[in-house]
Amino acid sequence: MAKLVLDKVNKRFGNAHIIRDVSLEIENGEFVVFVGPSGCGKSTLLRLIAGLESISGGELNIAGRRVNELAPRERGVGMVFQSYALYPHMTVYENIAFGLKLAKADKHSVRERVEQTARILQLETLLDRKPKALSGGQRQRVAMGRAMAREPDILLFDEPLSNLDASLRVQMRNEIARLHDRLGSTVVYVTHDQIEAMTLADKIVVLNGGIVEQVGSPRELYEHPRSRFVAGFIGSPRMNFLPVTLTAPDRHDSVVSSPHLGKLTLPIDTQGLEAGLPLTLGIRPEHIVLDDGAETTHQLPVANMEFLGNEAYVYLEVAGAEELLVCRTEATTPWRSGQSVTARIITASAHLFNADGHALQRQVRDQAAA
Amino acid sequence: MSIRLLKAVLMKIGFWALVALLVCYAVFPFYYAVITSLKPSSALFQIDYWINHVDLSNYAAVLSQSSFVQSIWNSILVAFCVVGISLTLGLTAAYALGRVRFRGRGAVLMIVLGVSMFPQVAVLSGLFEVIRTLNLYNTPWGLVLSYTIFTLPFTVWILTTFMRQLPGELEEAAIMDGATPWVTLVHVFMPLMWPAMATTGLLAFIAAWNEFLFALTFTLTDSQRTVPVGIALISGGSQYELPWGMIMAASVIVTVPLVVLVIIFQRRIVSGLTAGAVKG
Repeated sequence: MAKLVLDKVNKRFGNAHIIRDVSLEIENGEFVVFVGPSGCGKSTLLRLIAGLESISGGELNIAGRRVNELAPRERGVGMVFQSYALYPHMTVYENIAFGLKLAKADKHSVRERVEQTARILQLETLLDRKPKALSGGQRQRVAMGRAMAREPDILLFDEPLSNLDASLRVQMRNEIARLHDRLGSTVVYVTHDQIEAMTLADKIVVLNGGIVEQVGSPRELYEHPRSRFVAGFIGSPRMNFLPVTLTAPDRHDSVVSSPHLGKLTLPIDTQGLEAGLPLTLGIRPEHIVLDDGAETTHQLPVANMEFLGNEAYVYLEVAGAEELLVCRTEATTPWRSGQSVTARIITASAHLFNADGHALQRQVRDQAAA
Repeated sequence: MSIRLLKAVLMKIGFWALVALLVCYAVFPFYYAVITSLKPSSALFQIDYWINHVDLSNYAAVLSQSSFVQSIWNSILVAFCVVGISLTLGLTAAYALGRVRFRGRGAVLMIVLGVSMFPQVAVLSGLFEVIRTLNLYNTPWGLVLSYTIFTLPFTVWILTTFMRQLPGELEEAAIMDGATPWVTLVHVFMPLMWPAMATTGLLAFIAAWNEFLFALTFTLTDSQRTVPVGIALISGGSQYELPWGMIMAASVIVTVPLVVLVIIFQRRIVSGLTAGAVKG
């Protein structure tokens, strides 16, 4: 039983305030992913949990025990490093056994533990090799084995896949997910890759500037981002943002208008806001439908089309906006650059953000959630 | 086409001529010492660049002097002690200076470097008092102490630089495995530092082996001398004769261990330098 609780945890390096009042609860057996842009403090937060950095303020509890002052080995955590950090002069066996030997386990039980770990990670045939004779994926597995060998309550991963090539990354991602299912240990995983976060996590923690932006399941974050930052960070290609003006505030059917898309009625709560307020409309690429709409006046020129095989992205030029409007369409889409199209927005899936970047309450639970 | 070929040939000849010149420059003094040592004293002042017959009488004469043989043992004792102490202290200091963040780390490194800048003569009298007070005068331990003062700065600097290049995650991995700083140093860092340790150890050995001034000042009797002093004090049959043959033979004898050590460790020095990689 290893519930991990962070209570208003802070970290300062000199004058730099890296982590600000982070409070989190991580249940036993949960797979939690910290995600955010570089410099958001996600790795620092992981190192605070590991005990590699000291906590400047707040409390860290593992299994109901305050561990702020405990050394890493006393916290019952294992860590997989970004560069793997295998001991280059030791064989795979010695790498995995190192921590066990230091814990004064007897020879027989060390061998048993190492062999069991190696079996789980399919490293049995590699035990006598040195790290330099291993491939990237194998090194990755050894690093995981080393972290697992002492049977920690919590496994910490610091961007473990960023050194692998794309296809191996997908494969290792699957292996990590299966490993977690099998071991059932609590995992805290740091990545800057939102796809890794979406595919692996039970719960995603989005960090930005040392603050927790939102915590939730991948689906929750995708469908109900609480801020413009989360909305833009989760999802690829990222959500489109367009400036709109609120024309008729309402509890269920708010009307906004945009010079490019015309008037839109959105099932979002804008009660209490003034008409004429500038807002930001957020719409995911798959929630835009294109047609030639000869009869409408709001036509947008196609700037580019990307064919991906199973689907295609159509980029529309929006006057006055810095970024192109991305639409996800079928691969057989007839649109080519230079043509003009009408973009129709699926209003039930639209998001509205106020000037501070906070999302306004959506009144429609999504199709999937319903 | 032929001009180009000619140019290439000339360049090649020029290159090897330059190499030959440099090799001559570097090797000739030692070569001449070897030649001289193999001549009987009667042939000493005939200038030859090649020896016609080998005469080992100089070697026999040198090795029959018990004080010289004793001085070789003294040198071995002193040099190995200096290397051992320098590496132990240097390695632990390098861990602190290269791995532990603390206030004044840069200042400590600069002071260490500054100490090594004093000429030996400047500290000679002060050191003499220290050695007298510690009752180490005319013992090898006095030499070990004084040599260590001069070998430690560069040992610490080289090992610190090397220690800093080792990836930080390696140490953190050891910490996560529950290793104390000492275990990390001995079981994780030291195996990776062999090339640096071989290099610095060799330099310290050479420094201790060849040192003259301290050895002359801090020893009194023949039985406590080291080889450089022993060689300098080899005397001939009369005060008007300098036994060059014996001096050269003695010099060759004391240089051979150094050459052997370099040959033993050179493979380590070269091969080990790249073995510490974590990624790739």
